[in-house]
Amino acid sequence: MASSPSDAGGPLLDVRDLCVDYVTIAGDVRAVDHVDLTLEAGEFLAIVGESGCGKSTLLFAIAQLLTPPAEISGGSVVFKGKDMVRLAEDELRHSRWRDYSVVMQSAMNALNPMKSIEAQYTDVMRAHSAMSAGEIHARSEEVLRLVGVDPVHLRSYPHQLSGGMRQRAMIAMALLFTPELVIMDEPTSALDVVAQRSLMSEIKELQRRFGFAVIFVTHDMSLVSHYSERLAVMYAGQLAELSSTRALFDRPLHPYSVGLLDAFPSIHGPRRTLAGIPGSPPDLAHPPAGCRFQPRCPQAMDECAIRQPALYRAGDSLVRCLLYEPAPETVR
Amino acid sequence: MIETQREPLLRTTRLTRHFHLGGIFSRQTLHAVDDVSLSIDEREIVAVVGESGSGKSTLARLLAMAYKPTRGEIYYRGRSVQGLRSRKDLLWYRGQVPMVFQDPYSSINPVFRVAHGVMRNLILHRPELDATGRRDEAERVFDVVGLAPSTEMLRKFPYEMSGGQRQRVGFAQALAVKPKLILADEPVSMLDVSIRAGLLNLMVELRERESVSILYITHDIASARYVADRIVVMYAGHIVETGPADAVLASPRHPYTQLLLSAVPDPREVSTVSTSAAVGEPPRVVNPGEGCRFRWRCPLAVAECERSTPLLRPLAPEQQAACHVARADAGLSGGAA
Repeated sequence: MASSPSDAGGPLLDVRDLCVDYVTIAGDVRAVDHVDLTLEAGEFLAIVGESGCGKSTLLFAIAQLLTPPAEISGGSVVFKGKDMVRLAEDELRHSRWRDYSVVMQSAMNALNPMKSIEAQYTDVMRAHSAMSAGEIHARSEEVLRLVGVDPVHLRSYPHQLSGGMRQRAMIAMALLFTPELVIMDEPTSALDVVAQRSLMSEIKELQRRFGFAVIFVTHDMSLVSHYSERLAVMYAGQLAELSSTRALFDRPLHPYSVGLLDAFPSIHGPRRTLAGIPGSPPDLAHPPAGCRFQPRCPQAMDECAIRQPALYRAGDSLVRCLLYEPAPETVR
Repeated sequence: MIETQREPLLRTTRLTRHFHLGGIFSRQTLHAVDDVSLSIDEREIVAVVGESGSGKSTLARLLAMAYKPTRGEIYYRGRSVQGLRSRKDLLWYRGQVPMVFQDPYSSINPVFRVAHGVMRNLILHRPELDATGRRDEAERVFDVVGLAPSTEMLRKFPYEMSGGQRQRVGFAQALAVKPKLILADEPVSMLDVSIRAGLLNLMVELRERESVSILYITHDIASARYVADRIVVMYAGHIVETGPADAVLASPRHPYTQLLLSAVPDPREVSTVSTSAAVGEPPRVVNPGEGCRFRWRCPLAVAECERSTPLLRPLAPEQQAACHVARADAGLSGGAA
């Protein structure tokens, strides 16, 4: 259960050039397009984007949970020094739950409605460890207590729990082996603001205590504003901006990030008219030429429709926008 | 809420809806909406804010006459709607007070072109129009909701449209019947953040251009402040606070409103609010009994809260809260958010 330090100094997770295609009769649709990400041990990284931007696909690709028609068509996901893309299912099984775990979006669907919470925990621990029945029971009680749910609920079935408790039970399950990485796909989106807030604080608290790293996918940027260290904004399958969370909220660089931030009404200060972002995200089967955000971009230039921007460094941030392209003479 | 000589567009008096749970021998009753009295003026946007289970959607359905109230009355322009019996009267009321639904993916019939819903409404509710008149009117409402070019858009199937466009179709259908009040039940909650602002702006625009009132049901208090003149905060079937949007947000009186506001993450703020009080359990609405329904979560609860249900009382100009503890004096109100 004790977390072993990851390989000599390297990051915990290193995603390089990752591409995921959905293979369809009408042609392949690239949902994740050359994404690079690194994650240090104990770090909290949030990935935000609108529906269809590829954020969940990216997360499933990292966790090696993609099923056809989705497939990884390129790149690597190096976790603790091993490239997970090339690992066989057998080898992956050793890592699953023990080294990394996934918390799914809807606990209602992710938990088995026919089994008690304890039976589901037992199932995981039987499959991934040689713990005795007594140890399994003790650990089940322990993790449920960690997330603030009374252990009597081990005997409960999912339908007997409230939405918040179900989501907590899911998170407790992810912590059964205290993994080094917990991947979360919108775990709070089905909850009310108040419940959302308390769950977020709890995740953060657990993370501080046990030192696991978190990748947190959400469509709601404001939700992670006070919890994540770094923020990746995805648009149409690509990273649009990657930066420290505070910097992104204080000085968003990519016009899409600016637009997203301006789309939230504030509860304080004067009422400003919200601009939102005109139009809708592109169809990934036929992405627009040049920059993918250019048809909706208020700052688009002629060039944007011709040339695809790369990820450029701007201060401590990475941003995919021609506005931040280094001047030609400095490029080598 | 404040009694004036002028009759508001729509008014409810102690509107109540209970649902019987379980079999015929069960004594469990779910109190979805209890004693809700509210009013909506002409050209007014009122936001009903609450978490899931607060009864806000039930309230909308009561106003749409999709549910019959257990108790209480709804008055539309001074006339009780329970008295409406004939098909003609009901059709008239539903034309005056149409509804826009939460989920634009399931509220539009996928097998017809989007013109179908608008046309159907026009045939039912505006028999004075002939075929050309209907065509023109359909194009007009599509233009109003920002679906341009309207001739082309009317010919599309729902699957050819994005979520934001579909929700605009929902508003166009409502507009086609020449409504006075649109009941909008979480119209933006299923949409992406970048699309939401456009729909919120549309609601404000509709009030200006089409002179409709809107009852905006939402769980998002920030968007409520953005569009609404007045905010009604519901908790466990009761109205717990009501008042002008800015006043309610600037100085919330009810501890629940304060909790709700402190839970809203504001990325523009650097500070993190402590969450010790934020125990997020849903309200008890099955056989709730006497007493304040927020008392289990309330940081200010006193013995009185268990004995009697607090009623709405004025605590500031035009602002009312249902709380035994909340104080009236403006600057020194107890328990700031």
